[in-house]
Amino acid sequence: MPGHFEPLPGGGAAVALDDVEISIIRSLAVQLLELVGPGPAEDAPDDPLAELFAEGPSEPPADPVLKRLFPDAYSDPEGTPGPKAAEEQKAYSSEFRRFTENDLRAGKRENALAVIRSLDALSPAGDGGAVLKLAQGESQQWLGALNDLRLAIGSRLDITAEEDTDLLYRLPDEDPRKPMVMAYLWLGGLQETLVTTLLP
Amino acid sequence: MGRVTSPAPVEIERTESAEEVFAVPEPDVPWVTIVHNDPVNLMSYVTYVFQTYFGYTKDKATKLMMDVHHKGRAVVSSGSREEMERDVQAMHGYGLWATLQQDRK
Repeated sequence: MPGHFEPLPGGGAAVALDDVEISIIRSLAVQLLELVGPGPAEDAPDDPLAELFAEGPSEPPADPVLKRLFPDAYSDPEGTPGPKAAEEQKAYSSEFRRFTENDLRAGKRENALAVIRSLDALSPAGDGGAVLKLAQGESQQWLGALNDLRLAIGSRLDITAEEDTDLLYRLPDEDPRKPMVMAYLWLGGLQETLVTTLLP
Repeated sequence: MGRVTSPAPVEIERTESAEEVFAVPEPDVPWVTIVHNDPVNLMSYVTYVFQTYFGYTKDKATKLMMDVHHKGRAVVSSGSREEMERDVQAMHGYGLWATLQQDRK
């Protein structure tokens, strides 16, 4: 069925994609890769230890998508801390960020790269489409990447409450956000059916 | 990549303040990991993450997911501060919005 992952006998999942769908997912994954950025030591490939010792940033990212992907670890969104507690949470959050953000970025990069690699390895059928088959490990990487893509698009579309999603379903065709909304909903269907193949 | 190297004085200050904080004597109060509601993450995916990462049963994972969905948040694990930092990092890896705090009741 188009746009739906189905479980493969013996584990893994498969989906039929047409050439447009392949190029949309690939292009979104490349954009995500560019946004998440290169590793900290990729400027200095001669020093293999550089990456090991490189510390991450201590300030939250300015881009709203990155802020959503790498949120503050110590700031309760519903909390109303006093000035001293707020200062303390900020300090803890930046400490956490310095020691985790590089690893988190690397993980998200790996997932996006896995998506690109598996799309590039497809052998197209006569009509340009192909059947994508994922082993279980690849399914998990796809699942993570699809989620990151939806978080990124959701953030760009300013989806911050449940009602926002309902509104998007009713956008008129001429709305400039329409193509991105279609992609968002379609990726949601892919993710939903992929997660079903992984649930015990 | 200028951002990854901070000037030395800042680092020294931070280390000192972090040590002061660790010295605050409240060792008996556990820390908790809280997952917050998010209109983008699919309910099935959130349940999957709770089952996969924490090893919770389907029932427990589903109940926690429903709490996140309806109450806006749920405590998904508790333990030492280091353990909760590990859990929060894992949740961020999965794309869930998580924070940790000391469980003062």
